[in-house]
Amino acid sequence: MNIGVLALQGAIREHVKAIEAPDVNVTIVKKVEQLEGLDGLVFPGGESTTMRRLINLYGFYEPLKKFAHAGKPVFGTCAGAILMAREIVGQVEPHLSVMDMTVERNAFGRQRESFEALLPMKNVGEDVQAVFIRAPIIRSVGPGVTVLAEYNGDIVAAQEGPFLACSFHPELTEDDRFHQYFVQMVRESLSEAITN
Amino acid sequence: MEKRTGTDRVKRGMAEMQKGGVIMDVINAEQAKIAEEAGAVAVMALERVPSDIRAAGGVARMADPTIVEEVRDAVSIPVMAKARIGHIVEARLLEALGVDYIDESEVLTPADEVFHLNKADYTVPFVCGAKDLGEATRRIGEGASMLRTKGEPGTGNIVEAVRHQRLIQSQVRKVVSMSDDELMTEAKNLGAPFHILQQIREAGRLPVVNFAAGGIATPADAALMMHLGSDGVFVGSGIFKSDNPAKFGRAIVEATTHYEDFALIAELSKNLGTAMKGIEISTLEAKDRMQDRGW
Repeated sequence: MNIGVLALQGAIREHVKAIEAPDVNVTIVKKVEQLEGLDGLVFPGGESTTMRRLINLYGFYEPLKKFAHAGKPVFGTCAGAILMAREIVGQVEPHLSVMDMTVERNAFGRQRESFEALLPMKNVGEDVQAVFIRAPIIRSVGPGVTVLAEYNGDIVAAQEGPFLACSFHPELTEDDRFHQYFVQMVRESLSEAITN
Repeated sequence: MEKRTGTDRVKRGMAEMQKGGVIMDVINAEQAKIAEEAGAVAVMALERVPSDIRAAGGVARMADPTIVEEVRDAVSIPVMAKARIGHIVEARLLEALGVDYIDESEVLTPADEVFHLNKADYTVPFVCGAKDLGEATRRIGEGASMLRTKGEPGTGNIVEAVRHQRLIQSQVRKVVSMSDDELMTEAKNLGAPFHILQQIREAGRLPVVNFAAGGIATPADAALMMHLGSDGVFVGSGIFKSDNPAKFGRAIVEATTHYEDFALIAELSKNLGTAMKGIEISTLEAKDRMQDRGW
């Protein structure tokens, strides 16, 4: 199966490493044509404003929405989660608006407030290493969304069908369980497509 | 759920998020907004850009905190600021202002001609300049979470940044291929902490992100530095000393993202107006060479 990492800006190499599996081909996506034939896509961490500008500039906006609307799995971390949200606190327009959640940018504060912690995470593990860097918080989620992890009562990871989002950076740790959970989602989406 | 701030992972991770991006020098809120709009991943808040520091002469210090605050409040991307080499109080003060990254910078007049800051002490991460692997690893040893080439700031001349990046990359390659019995002598020769060289050999690369800086004046310069293995670029005087900063900034961002797409960079380079004038390095006197500051 083919999984892409959107490579306009940000921590790309780390995601590539974390989704590696014997049955996974990883594509570093810099051009729209490279979305062709992908079964799943990762939006990496980085600067969401920069990524959005480059998404518009290179005509990625509609193709990315189409990719998500086709029901293909998408995983966004930090800035990637901001790109996916239906609503962004303090911002008139969301970005791709594919997942039913409201996020607030830099919600834990500035870099000096950035931190790491061990989190229990539904379906993934009891002690997932989470690195929060100028991280957003998922302020609310729609009825179809499952909360996967919270930190001090704030939602920091969630899933809505094929869409997975978290406010921290699993790609910065050696622990690839969360990525492998996503890889499994892609695997299952493919076997469902075959049985249907 | 124990929360740990200021860990290596948190500080280095911040720089990882900047990869493939452009960090732009700005001197006020208006420039900061232009930079953010152009797609900068962060801005460096300064009182004067390096070419003006060079022209003004005298002692260059940390920016007025008003400028740092003005820039901080104008944008949502991270804000960096420069402290003088070894100036503990300027660094602590910038940390207190909530700056996201501090550049312990040779562009400012050093406050200490023997010691750099012990950057491991701070919660805020630091970026430092380096000309070679010895300098790079000493800075990492002191706790720097990000590196950049020194280049020769404020000259608009890429030659020194190229020299520094090529040297660092080739020294890394050499260390990676060394055997155990060769590594200690290499550490001695480079003036490098042994344990950092061990980490480089294990990982096959530097343990922190390494950007290019010091003399980048055009989109082609930015792409060249990416081509030579930089993780991203700092552009100091280049953008706001050009005729059309917004257009120039956008072009540099795009050239950095698509540094291998030469047809695109050719398009981007059309009709940009005059780039900054630039200085031939051999005409600089020793006292004017910023890259020789730092130890």
